[in-house]
Amino acid sequence: MSNHISADTPSNYLTHKTGLLSWLTTTDHKRIGLLYLYTITIFFLTAAVLGLLMRIEKFAPGETIMTAQTYNAMFTIHGIIMIFVIVIPGLSAVFGNFFLPIMIGAKDVAFPRLNLFTWYIYITGASIALFSQFAYGHSPDAGWTFYVPYSAQSHSNMVLALMGAFVLGFASILTGLNFLVTMHRMRAPGMTWFKMPLFPWSLYATAWVQLLATPIIGITLLMVVAERVLKIGFFDPTLGGDPVLYQHLFWIYSHPAVYVMILPAMGVVTEIFPTFAQKPVFGYGAIAISSLAIALIGYFVWGHHMFVAGIGYNSRVFFSLLTFLVAIPSAIKVFNWLGTLYGGSIDLKPPLLYALGFISLFIIGGFSGLTQGALAANVHITDTDFVVAHFHYIVFGGMGFGFFAAIHYWYPKIWGKMYNFRWAYIGFGFIYVGFHTLYFPMFILGLMGMPRRYFDYLPRFQPLQEVSTIGAFILITGIIIMISNLVYHYYKGAVAPANPWHGVTLEWKIPSPPPHENFDEVPVITHPPYYFEKPFVDEGM
Amino acid sequence: MESTKLNEYTDRDTGKLGMWLFLFTELFLFGGLFLVYAVMRTKYAHDFHLGALELNAFIGTANTVVLLVSSMTVAMSLTAIQTNNPSKAFGLILITVFLAIIFLINKYFEWGHKIELKLYPGSDVMRSLPHGEIMFFGLYFIMTGLHALHVIVGAVLLIIVMFNLKSGSITQEHYLLQENAALYWHLVDLIWIFLFPLLYLVT
Amino acid sequence: MSENNEHISSYALNGKVLIVLLCLTALTVLAISFHLGAFTVALALLIATFKGGIVMTYFMHLKFENTLLRILAISVILFYISIVLTTFIDYLYR
Repeated sequence: MSNHISADTPSNYLTHKTGLLSWLTTTDHKRIGLLYLYTITIFFLTAAVLGLLMRIEKFAPGETIMTAQTYNAMFTIHGIIMIFVIVIPGLSAVFGNFFLPIMIGAKDVAFPRLNLFTWYIYITGASIALFSQFAYGHSPDAGWTFYVPYSAQSHSNMVLALMGAFVLGFASILTGLNFLVTMHRMRAPGMTWFKMPLFPWSLYATAWVQLLATPIIGITLLMVVAERVLKIGFFDPTLGGDPVLYQHLFWIYSHPAVYVMILPAMGVVTEIFPTFAQKPVFGYGAIAISSLAIALIGYFVWGHHMFVAGIGYNSRVFFSLLTFLVAIPSAIKVFNWLGTLYGGSIDLKPPLLYALGFISLFIIGGFSGLTQGALAANVHITDTDFVVAHFHYIVFGGMGFGFFAAIHYWYPKIWGKMYNFRWAYIGFGFIYVGFHTLYFPMFILGLMGMPRRYFDYLPRFQPLQEVSTIGAFILITGIIIMISNLVYHYYKGAVAPANPWHGVTLEWKIPSPPPHENFDEVPVITHPPYYFEKPFVDEGM
Repeated sequence: MESTKLNEYTDRDTGKLGMWLFLFTELFLFGGLFLVYAVMRTKYAHDFHLGALELNAFIGTANTVVLLVSSMTVAMSLTAIQTNNPSKAFGLILITVFLAIIFLINKYFEWGHKIELKLYPGSDVMRSLPHGEIMFFGLYFIMTGLHALHVIVGAVLLIIVMFNLKSGSITQEHYLLQENAALYWHLVDLIWIFLFPLLYLVT
Repeated sequence: MSENNEHISSYALNGKVLIVLLCLTALTVLAISFHLGAFTVALALLIATFKGGIVMTYFMHLKFENTLLRILAISVILFYISIVLTTFIDYLYR
């Protein structure tokens, strides 16, 4: 493989065909991954700005820059976009699409046209959800969790938001379906399941959750629409229904959904650690199986969102126990990551920095999850800012940092350019410090009794609220620095070699950017996935 | 050197696996409704019994027979194409579609009768019923409604298959579309196999 | 690129399967007239499960497919049932 690739050497997937139409009609998994990347970035910045506005509002008690009603609408649409448009699809749709076929030695996914169609479904769903803000009627204000009875009664564009989420669910289902079939049927000759790298393994576990859990929220959202439009009454006690049944149905999906968010992120860092330690993953089998275990056990913990909703005692004990159990495979992964780094030839480049950041934030988020999983403690912290801190640590710190790690890791492969490292370190610094400043106070606020989704509060909460808001500004500064680094060097960056990090998985064996059909010859796999024949040691240090 | 070009036809096992995975999602889609049914049934056993008495078990049974026969005809259509009989396959699918239409006509009369009696979600008549019956009829309309939607989609898929048989796109060598449409149709039958006793026969 | 090593169900087989299904349907309707109380539902569901199994095994060809599909189908069904059962830990023991 030649190492001096430039934009005018052999055609790659970017130069293969040009023009907007070629992108909008592409069936190339790499281009589809980028279509998702660009749209996700726009939606992410939108939702981030909404979050920033919420933080400005909460800088002081009382009405600061918006009314209470507006605040409710803000956290609703912030949640809907972040959850359904960014974090659930994000890693699978962007990096899964781009790299899954390459990492298993395939030309594309199993159903390329379905893949493109899925992106259009995604855009449609996101647009419908956004349209709920601009249509005639009030913006939806029931939170992204759409709890009945309020979601069934609120005079707002709730149906639009519900249908937007419903349509987005289809995109998730079809992506999962495509990836499952791809991994079952299109691995390169010699690549047995246990020779498959661990990012694909994480996508495999994720895909099963996307496939089987999402239909449940689909039908549940439709039922809420039926409540509003037909007065069907399944969740309305005045007609014989049960509102807690809604919560069961909602969380039967939405809990496994968080594993859709975190599993690919774990997969990403599992790729980064061996590369930047230049040694094989410690406990490959354990990591592969623990991904499946997390997906499976994760299906049976949903009741931990309902401990104070009025479910039975036996049920609460069951869900609390399972919640503690599901932490075990996650912990196994953390030990294996550390084991991978131990004794390795560590190179602290931006991808590794973000991966390490991921571990620290994931651990804090995970521990705070266990705290809530304990039945007695849960009563005290339910619906407080403690919960808000927890899920931002685990989702933003987990999936978000996983995403940042992935973009810094695979950037040279995707575009054939390299970004500036110092710029990346500065961006990371702002993001990491801003993150803790923004979210850690919420743990304390929650323990002090500050409720979530409240725009007003007692004076004793103000100091920490101020700290948190300052953190938001630091964080967003870091994000702007990070994004501008990546965008600037897309245009002005130095040409990147095919394998700048000395990685050993298949994507590093093809040119940067990859050719249209990935491989000139179908690869035949003989080695295990993390085979470092000659670990690279940087003598310059 | 193996060709790196993607084939014009999806390999049959790949396409079939994709279809089966999609069927699993349909199972979970209806599964949410079956879960609601299970919870409500447990809570309102007597009212469900009363509600079921209002339904016409004869039409329900007739519809069950219609769908079972249609499942056979669509399965036979696969035998036909596999034995190089596209015209026979066409005829069998035509019968299947015809049976689907009969099912929908029966449904139309069933629902029509209920609506005539002002028995539909949100009506005053509905609201005056005991809670358990409101739940029963809500489930009746939503579940049979969603099912009927799938009958329509299935019938459309089968009509598309008919066009493909006529044009020669489906042959003894390449009949994945027909096979997958048949699988979808069997799913429609499967759902009804469970809906029928749970709604009509809880007397 | 034909795969001629796959099983072709005969017309006769399909016909026999239908007969069995129709008999089971008749049995279900008949069983309802025996007042078994709470067990009526259990019996009706049992027969329905049997019918469903037959549709999947023969009409949907699972009997003649590769092992993976069979394992997946059974696993998914069992998985769905376990979700229902888990929900009922709440509803039965409130």
